[in-house]
Amino acid sequence: MIRVTAQAFDSAAETAAFRDRVPQAGAIVTFLGQVRGRGPQGDIAAMTLEHYPGMTERALETIEAEARRRWPLDEVIIIHRYGRLEPGEPIVFVATASPHRRAAYEANEFLVDWLKTRAPFWKKEEGQFGARWVDAKADDDDAAARWE
Amino acid sequence: MTILYFAWLKERVGTGEEQLPLPAGVTTVGDLIEHLKARSPELEAVFGADARVLTAVNQDMATPDTPVTDSDEVAFFPPMTGG
Repeated sequence: MIRVTAQAFDSAAETAAFRDRVPQAGAIVTFLGQVRGRGPQGDIAAMTLEHYPGMTERALETIEAEARRRWPLDEVIIIHRYGRLEPGEPIVFVATASPHRRAAYEANEFLVDWLKTRAPFWKKEEGQFGARWVDAKADDDDAAARWE
Repeated sequence: MTILYFAWLKERVGTGEEQLPLPAGVTTVGDLIEHLKARSPELEAVFGADARVLTAVNQDMATPDTPVTDSDEVAFFPPMTGG
């Protein structure tokens, strides 16, 4: 399940709702990514996430389908924000449910690694340093490549 | 055709979307990029040698060899930085 939204979300409420949908699952892994407060150039006042409506959802659906093909998953949710966010606000929430923990862990890590490099989102950070588009990191490419 | 620009490309070009009749002689993404580069210094800079620009045609990732037609939506953007 994919949700791309401008609305803030509550990760605790999302976790509870997710658990309600998979009472039979033996293992649930959740990942929460939030806006960082410091970057390489100093304190961050806010971050704006741009996306490509339509393609972003399709890319996330493709990534979810790939995870379901690779691991025995009972349920998957990916929630991703766009718009202007402040430090500490949730950006992305990924939950995976499986009969066993290893599949839930691995699938979750896979989903985060691939969405970082394959879903069309772009981050711009603002602070006293001005405003700058965040560069794609080679580390993220490496993390995504190890699943290929 | 519809051309979309995202993130710093949109700022540099000055617009996020433009409509363009398929230019004569353009049959692929690579042709289209060469055509756009000749249109303005901003576009030439965006597609310049040191910039890494990705392309999608009709919301699927594309390469310079991907064909384009007049009814396509072609998007240009930097490497993704979500998550």
